[in-house]
Amino acid sequence: MSTAMPAPKAEPRPAPEGSPSPPPPPAADDLLIAGPIVVALVGLGDWAMFSARALSGVMTRAFARRELLRVSVEVGVSSLGVVAVTGMFIGMVLAVQTYSQFHIVGLETSLGGVIHLSVVRELGPVLAAVMLAGRVGSAMAAELATMRVSEQIDALACLGVDPIKYLAAPRFLACLCMIPLLTVFADLTGMIGSTFICLRVYGIDPHHYWEHSRGFVGVWDLFVGLGKALAFGGALSLIACHRGFNSRPGAAGVGRAATEAFVIAFVAIIVIDFVLAMFANTLHDMIWPNVETKVV
Amino acid sequence: MIDEPIIRLRGVSVRFGPQSVLRAIDLDITRNQTLCVIGESGCGKTVLLKLIVGLLQPTEGEVLFEGTPLHLLSEQELTRVRLRVGFLFQQAALFDSLNVYDNVAFGLRAKGGYVEDDIRTRVRDRLGEVGLPSSAEPKMPAELSGGMRKRVGLARALALDPDVMLYDEPTTGLDPIMTDVINELVLRTRRRRPVTSVIVTHEMRTVQKVSDRVVMLYPLTRLQPDERQVLYDGPPGQLATAQDARVRQFVEGDATERLNSDEV
Repeated sequence: MSTAMPAPKAEPRPAPEGSPSPPPPPAADDLLIAGPIVVALVGLGDWAMFSARALSGVMTRAFARRELLRVSVEVGVSSLGVVAVTGMFIGMVLAVQTYSQFHIVGLETSLGGVIHLSVVRELGPVLAAVMLAGRVGSAMAAELATMRVSEQIDALACLGVDPIKYLAAPRFLACLCMIPLLTVFADLTGMIGSTFICLRVYGIDPHHYWEHSRGFVGVWDLFVGLGKALAFGGALSLIACHRGFNSRPGAAGVGRAATEAFVIAFVAIIVIDFVLAMFANTLHDMIWPNVETKVV
Repeated sequence: MIDEPIIRLRGVSVRFGPQSVLRAIDLDITRNQTLCVIGESGCGKTVLLKLIVGLLQPTEGEVLFEGTPLHLLSEQELTRVRLRVGFLFQQAALFDSLNVYDNVAFGLRAKGGYVEDDIRTRVRDRLGEVGLPSSAEPKMPAELSGGMRKRVGLARALALDPDVMLYDEPTTGLDPIMTDVINELVLRTRRRRPVTSVIVTHEMRTVQKVSDRVVMLYPLTRLQPDERQVLYDGPPGQLATAQDARVRQFVEGDATERLNSDEV
């Protein structure tokens, strides 16, 4: 039953004899100003290593297909309703808020272009991601934190499975696939909501409304919106999994992990949105230097 | 080679931030021995178990498995070691999203090399060993009682025929009958296969019934800097007559001195 142990690969490096040992560095908690920065940088480094491990789990398919399916259903199908309602009301609110301004200058027929562009480029991806950070990210962090607290993550390691690859990789993959799809759904319902208000409530001419929409919204806008959704999905899943894996003990620890997952994911979504907007603008100018339309 | 300890801790210390949990622990565990680790809550018993399976790394010192330091092993080599060690966790740590059958089959599927028929046979054998009928297979962990969860956890740990079994408080929270059932299962496991067992427990009945060696740890917060953390290392029969009064107090459950010193 027992097999011979593999030989050790390397001997531990001995300390040079006679050399004075360096003074120990001060603990991060003792540093008033630099302390929080050090803690944040250490946390970021830890998250980066965690993410790299999760990505390697995706590459090597080190997870059960059933787990991927279960998480995908949880992220995608179960979120459909809430994303649809959010998207629809965003479209309706945009129509209500912008109509009076555009009506004053007689440009209400342009609302189709303005609202649909806002929904596809910006509000659809961002608000769907924020909604999912609350619904999916927090639940994911709480689930993994509970697994940490109840030693299920340790049990996985004892059974020869890498817990990060087994648990974080399918969650990352599920969010990467499902969140762009949900964003498309949020875009669609957003446009339906705004169209209903503009055409049925305010009586805007449908022909001009749709003409403006077709003129403003292009494939590039849809591409940028979905690119953002992809980045948001990847980031929020890795943040949620990292928080869950590093949960503190007890019910308070689980609650804190869920809260941190939402707050950090929310900030990350806003920051990534800004960075991608800048990047998309630059890329747009590089590809079509003579076209004035910007993707913000 | 036969006499070489299968597990060896050399000068092991563990600190979590400013808090020391284990200090300079030296411990050799020989093959097929059943060692009980006793001590008050917070003295580092569970940490000791997690060191053995590489779930925690010592701050100082080293843990050797068959003479090889765990910290020198690659990820794959450490996984191979872990597959030879079964771990029964305190709350059983069953996977919530899997039923009993899939929990027990998990390690076999993860290890690979088994066809589904082999897995089914092994799972049923192990569940039979711990006294669970096949009707328990489709049940989810949430539907099980504490004793059943422990038994499923034991079946899962035994599924890969481990050389070493680690039990983290296997009888805590169970009624006296179920406690005896678990003790019997530990004994039966040892009879069925050559296995080295390390059992962390507070239960003196478990210690007396299953162990052939006992180690008692003491919390560092109540020790002098020059005192050894291992207060007792010997056979279970001599616990009651140990020289150290703190060992006898623990065995008898006598808290008089502690209450008098207001150090509860």
